[in-house]
Amino acid sequence: MSRTQMTTGAICLAAVVALAFVPMIVDAYHLALAISLLQFTVLATAWGMFSGPTRYVSLATTAFFGVGAYTVAVLGEQLPWSLVLLIAAVIGAVMAVIVGLSTLRLSGVHFVIFTFGLAELVRQIVVWYEVNKTRVLGRYVFVDITQNDIYWQLLALAVIVFGSGWLIARSRFGFALRIIGEDETVARHCGINVTIAKVALFTITATFMTLVGAIMAPRFTYIEPSIAFNATISFEVVIMALLGGAHRLWGPALGAIPLTLLFDFLSARFPSTSTLIMGVVFLLIVYALPSGVVGLWEKLKAWRPSASNVRGAQA
Amino acid sequence: MVSAVKRLAAGLLAVAGAASVGWDGAAEAQTSVKIGYAISRTGPAAGGAAVTTIPNYELWVKEVNAAGGLKLGDKRVPIEVVQYDDRSSAEEAAKALERLITQDKVDFILPPWGTGLNLAVGPILNKAGYPHIASTAVTDRAPELAKRWPNSFWLLGTSADAAKTLVELLVKLRTEGKIGDTVAMASIADGFGIDLSGAARPALTAAKFKLAYDKTYPVGTQDLSPIINEVKALNPDVFIAFSYPPDTIAITEQSRISGFNPKIFYTGVGTAFPLFKQKFSANAEGVMGIGGWNGDSPAIKDYLARHKASAANGAEPDRWASAVTYAGLQMLQQAIERVGKVDRAAVIKDLQSGTFDTVIGKVKLENNMPTKYWWVGQWQDGEFYGVGPSGNEGARAPVVPKPAWKAQ
Repeated sequence: MSRTQMTTGAICLAAVVALAFVPMIVDAYHLALAISLLQFTVLATAWGMFSGPTRYVSLATTAFFGVGAYTVAVLGEQLPWSLVLLIAAVIGAVMAVIVGLSTLRLSGVHFVIFTFGLAELVRQIVVWYEVNKTRVLGRYVFVDITQNDIYWQLLALAVIVFGSGWLIARSRFGFALRIIGEDETVARHCGINVTIAKVALFTITATFMTLVGAIMAPRFTYIEPSIAFNATISFEVVIMALLGGAHRLWGPALGAIPLTLLFDFLSARFPSTSTLIMGVVFLLIVYALPSGVVGLWEKLKAWRPSASNVRGAQA
Repeated sequence: MVSAVKRLAAGLLAVAGAASVGWDGAAEAQTSVKIGYAISRTGPAAGGAAVTTIPNYELWVKEVNAAGGLKLGDKRVPIEVVQYDDRSSAEEAAKALERLITQDKVDFILPPWGTGLNLAVGPILNKAGYPHIASTAVTDRAPELAKRWPNSFWLLGTSADAAKTLVELLVKLRTEGKIGDTVAMASIADGFGIDLSGAARPALTAAKFKLAYDKTYPVGTQDLSPIINEVKALNPDVFIAFSYPPDTIAITEQSRISGFNPKIFYTGVGTAFPLFKQKFSANAEGVMGIGGWNGDSPAIKDYLARHKASAANGAEPDRWASAVTYAGLQMLQQAIERVGKVDRAAVIKDLQSGTFDTVIGKVKLENNMPTKYWWVGQWQDGEFYGVGPSGNEGARAPVVPKPAWKAQ
């Protein structure tokens, strides 16, 4: 067991090292694609880390993403970059704690609606503030961050996200989360502080999403609420995580990577109908793969022995 | 049709290439000029792109190819278009442009629609050394951006300039005794409205106008009657709305219904749209708005006719950024033809220093920006004429006070 773990660890390390060299060998377009892949991998994985065990469907991704991007837009030119990222992370975490404490008692569809509203609420607060206080809407992000820097930061963040997901899964905290996911009442009876556990997990994953927004902001140059708080991001992340399968740590990545590539392929080949085709693809995913790629893979694994039995019987 | 022209041109080129013995091999590879663009065909920016940008791109390509193509040296080379949908997203626009540059290896790139997207693609075009003729972006940072990205050209000017010109016109009309000094101003709580009201507010105060009403309304407000009723009760001489197309229409309609008819009635983006004239017909008369053009100039009249003939459903251009967009394409064409080959650095240099003959007149850029803009237009006899700045060639005298609304 520990031997396989070490092998897996070595493979992961080698993969990360290899990925770190990507900006040196690819052109600007493939770097842009790699940035998209990493961005959605981190967002979908962070989403799955929270929604997998707790089974809450959150549409708040863009709220945190946008807060991160806006922090950079406001502070980017005044403070050193690492400090800006730190402040973004703190703001995201504080917001997640407040939101978590007030909403994680909601369940099911109420939570979905609330998180969707949250993104709009944050956006309207930003608009109100900019309109009435600063009297400028739309900020410029001129910081000295290259595309390579963005890529490397996202890669580092991806490593941190997967690392913390792995650690959480192996901790008492992770065990508690799984019990909560199975049955919240049972978890409460076992003496687990359900609210604290959920809020903690929500905060950790929301902080990752905020950081993605902050790291991506220099790529936009110009930020206004409609760009930073784009609801499409929330939906794309949910669909990617669902396609991959949110109940495994590496599941959402299996959805994020093919879908990002597919979106890119569609917009390159079918520039005028890509959105239409995407809609059909989404429908097919939900219909054909209700438990995602991971679920399909697990089903195949379970099915294989019986398949060989059938073959044996025929022979 | 286009491909037939292309094949013919390619064939002619091959013959020419074979005839000239000892011709340099590098140049003969140029059988077409690849022009790429990513434009919003879906999403919130699609409406603006469909009115102002796409018909002009299509018109220009059609005309150039009908004439045999762009003139490179002594031969004509047809344009080949590669285009994507940026889905109104900055990230998608950035990616599409990187694809155009590194995958499709296009020779030139036409800009996206709108301020935000033009700013988002600015760094990419600058890094890759492509000329960036932003003809639908209004930003106060334009002079600074032109310095930062010397390959970028900001043809639509700054919102501060727009507000300043409007106030200058008001001052002039007040001196002539045509209006008093009460102004009511409503603006949309979005980039455009905030920038313009932010510039107009101090300018109006400095010119000693009384700002009786100064409020914003959120994007997507459906019912604007409370604003109109409140403003009507204040009975101002001048009403300014820094609005977007849907609310430009709604504000005008509501004012007509409630009979609010100030001496000057000014609305924002959308006033210059052909849709405005269709909707209000005779009631458009006397309404002022942002933009305008020299409607008496033969070049503009000719452009209007060609645009109508080329666009789907015979759509007319808008009377502000459409002509500027087309002029930007003419400038690019003239710069390429003067350079005589696909040499982007030389084309950028020519755009910076050359003089261009366009539908909006002679254009010579200073610090990568034009020196003349139309900022205030007015519907007069079914055409949206430029009235400010009054020093512009072809500027009409404003009709003040605005005639009364007619019953519909």
